[in-house]
Amino acid sequence: MSSITAGSHEHHDAHAAHGQGGVGHFLGTYVFSRDHKIIGIQFLFSTLIWFLIGGLLALGIRWQLAWPWQDMPVIGRMLFAGEGGQISPEFYTILFTMHATIMIFFVIIPILAGAFGNYLIPLMIGADDMAFPTLNMLSYWFMWPAFLAIGASFFVEGGAAKAGWTSYPPLSLTDLNGQTLWLIGLTFVGVSSMMGSVNYMTTIIQMRAPGMTMFRLPMTIWAMFITAILQAFALPVLTAAGFMQLMDRTIGTGFFIPEGWSANNAPLASGGGQPLLWQHLFWFYSHPAVYIMILPAMGMVSDIIACFSRKPLFGYKPMVYSIAGIAGLGFIVWGHHMFVSGMNPALGMTFMVSTMMIALPSAIKTFNWLGTVWGGQIQFTTPMLYALSFVAMFIIGGLSGIFMAATPVDIFIHDTYFIVAHFHYVLFAGTAMGVFGAIYFWYPKMFGRMMNETAGKIHFFFTFLFLNGTFFTMHILGAGGFPRRLADPYHYQTFAHLQPLNVFMTWCAIGMVAVQVIFALNFFLSMFFGPKAGRNPWHANGLEWAAPSPPGHGNFDFQPVIYRGPYEYNSPEVDTDYYPQNEPPPEPKSESGEETEPPPQPPAE
Amino acid sequence: MGKFWSLIFLLVPILGVACFALAPVYNHWLPSDVSQHGHTIDHLFYFILWLTGAVFIATEVVLFWFLWRYDGKRKGHVNYTHGSHSLEIIWTILPAATLLFIAIYQMNAWAESKIRNPAAGPDGILGTADDMPPTLEVTGRQFEWRLRYPGKNGQLGDSDDIYIVNDLHLPVNEEILIYLKSDDVLHSFFLPNLRVKQDAVPGMKIPVWFRATEKGTYDIVCAELCGWGHYKMKGQLTIESRAEYDEWLDKKYREQTATVGPQLASQGDGE
Ligand SMILES: [Cu+2]
Ligand SMILES: [Cu+2]
Repeated sequence: MSSITAGSHEHHDAHAAHGQGGVGHFLGTYVFSRDHKIIGIQFLFSTLIWFLIGGLLALGIRWQLAWPWQDMPVIGRMLFAGEGGQISPEFYTILFTMHATIMIFFVIIPILAGAFGNYLIPLMIGADDMAFPTLNMLSYWFMWPAFLAIGASFFVEGGAAKAGWTSYPPLSLTDLNGQTLWLIGLTFVGVSSMMGSVNYMTTIIQMRAPGMTMFRLPMTIWAMFITAILQAFALPVLTAAGFMQLMDRTIGTGFFIPEGWSANNAPLASGGGQPLLWQHLFWFYSHPAVYIMILPAMGMVSDIIACFSRKPLFGYKPMVYSIAGIAGLGFIVWGHHMFVSGMNPALGMTFMVSTMMIALPSAIKTFNWLGTVWGGQIQFTTPMLYALSFVAMFIIGGLSGIFMAATPVDIFIHDTYFIVAHFHYVLFAGTAMGVFGAIYFWYPKMFGRMMNETAGKIHFFFTFLFLNGTFFTMHILGAGGFPRRLADPYHYQTFAHLQPLNVFMTWCAIGMVAVQVIFALNFFLSMFFGPKAGRNPWHANGLEWAAPSPPGHGNFDFQPVIYRGPYEYNSPEVDTDYYPQNEPPPEPKSESGEETEPPPQPPAE
Repeated sequence: MGKFWSLIFLLVPILGVACFALAPVYNHWLPSDVSQHGHTIDHLFYFILWLTGAVFIATEVVLFWFLWRYDGKRKGHVNYTHGSHSLEIIWTILPAATLLFIAIYQMNAWAESKIRNPAAGPDGILGTADDMPPTLEVTGRQFEWRLRYPGKNGQLGDSDDIYIVNDLHLPVNEEILIYLKSDDVLHSFFLPNLRVKQDAVPGMKIPVWFRATEKGTYDIVCAELCGWGHYKMKGQLTIESRAEYDEWLDKKYREQTATVGPQLASQGDGE
């Protein structure tokens, strides 16, 4: 870990927050750090730990679906010794509720925005830190009340939340304290995200290095920027809805409770509310959240693919416009989660049309990735394999979305495993694979050492194989009508014959979790034993590669000036196959060009 | 190694197609459809399956081919380009047109299943004399389906109603109209073989209609999480001839009046 801020001492400390050695120094440097890189790495470690927890919960779900009511070895005995290792139906509802909650709110969103957004934004735009370093530090520490609330909820009476990650009332109102802790936890996650998003927007708008015009930003930064805007506009709605549900639970308001309703034979509050209102508010956030959970991965994957194709990104501007298009349309499609909810079916028709159209920018992006690979000089490194698998898998997740956008088909497949297959292809096979790629790609920058390539490729091979074994088959279950969230589907004659397929999927899921040991070992051992990386091990163009690995406090040991976009690979202007953004053009400039002044802008391509 | 990894990516379309080709052979596929409107839904499913299947195979094979062909080991000439205007236009307009076509193509099937409410009768307006009376009322409740058929007087919502739990009988080849309600939390009334799914929402009375075309017994599944016992909220649907149905309903009516008698009147309050 000491390598993380190597060089911070010889560098001028712009933020002057460090104590004079000892405990105060340690706390200021590694714990309550305001350095965006430390904060990014804190987010990375925290989210990876939650990733492990979320994955183990998923194994619990898989166990029950393969061998219902049978004692679960090892993990079962640890978790529910009382039942002798058997998963109870109550605990099954906790399993899928908390698996989704953790993966979405504690892993995917914070690993993309919190870890990579934090780490990469200042480095890629040539800033010495975020615009608001203290706010940035708080955005990480506001995750901790959420970690504690959700962690503690497993131990309160009645256990953790069990109304699904969507928390639909009235069921979520009848739940015990676990649900209250869930709502509190989510509120803190929201506050943390909001702090991050304000910071990212300001930093990207205000703190770009000289010459870094908006259309010279790498796709990663564009994606982070638009994601931050999405967060800022969508999140208040979820927060408000969360407070409404909290008040319904605690002080007897009735936002989501209809007239004359009573739970568990107890007389209930005023009523006059509407259960569907929650669904509208929840999905108004949570559909844009789907893009919050994929756009940054798309951006990072674009950068990785261009780098290892040794070719400029195909269609840079269409890529930017597609992200913007996804973000805009993303606000008017939330009703596709509610086609059979009792919402006016005519309204469903409108949401169907907007949902169909949002597939378009995704298609454009896919074609442009293919265009980037075409005619390149592909280097099959570990990050590239992950980035390519993102494309291959996102095609599946994108296409399966058309089925559920088609309202009549959705009548049949809604709440079946077809949906589960779809979002796992987008979020696991897509985003998580993209994140793995990003970790392998930027690890040398973060820790100054390379990860092991062979171990990385073995990790990729088995993860890729097992994830398809686990998730592709879910489409088949879904076509069979197999519903989600059932602790034991096999007592239905319609689904009894689907058990052997579930056994196969569970074995694949076990394999998938097991091979992550290779990743964990590679990740931690490389910190100490990996070969030294140097500034630019991949021969990439991005500005972050001009900084030392790892960069010291303040990031750059020179004033970066940007001369071109980030994708000039194999440019005819130079002999090397890469042309860093900060490298001055070959013809010597006149002496008047001081490096602190913005350089003359080259004419637009 | 580039060749090896290219082939791994080629496995995606090969195994993907194999998976979908083999599933129906081993009966891991859409449950048999015994409804009148179901075939339009299934048709649409197959239409989208073929369409997305073609795009899936095409894009994955192109990806494989590029990886195979442009393996960096060859050190070939790099196609230095920032994009192509005409390609962007082609691959924007083509998918846009296709998506728009699917959107319009499905509207009728959706309207048939969810918008053209037969309860409104021939004049299309609810609350007039030609309204279709409901066949029965179904109420979701943790964790069972409560059914309420009209009794001898044919009116739903009075003391004459017949109460049954989880055992739904319906006549074949007749338009069925169900009013769906919930007593406590959300449920979803899912008839896989009839391609029917509708959430039951507390405070709402939602019409559900369909026409069964084959006799037999089928599952009623709850498809919306309703608590720990969600998985066991199972009902059985029996589709039978009109005569069998009348006989069954008559038997239920007699059983109920024999055991419960007139006290039921106080329980069966209308709304
Ligand atoms: Cu959505
Ligand atoms: Cu249920």
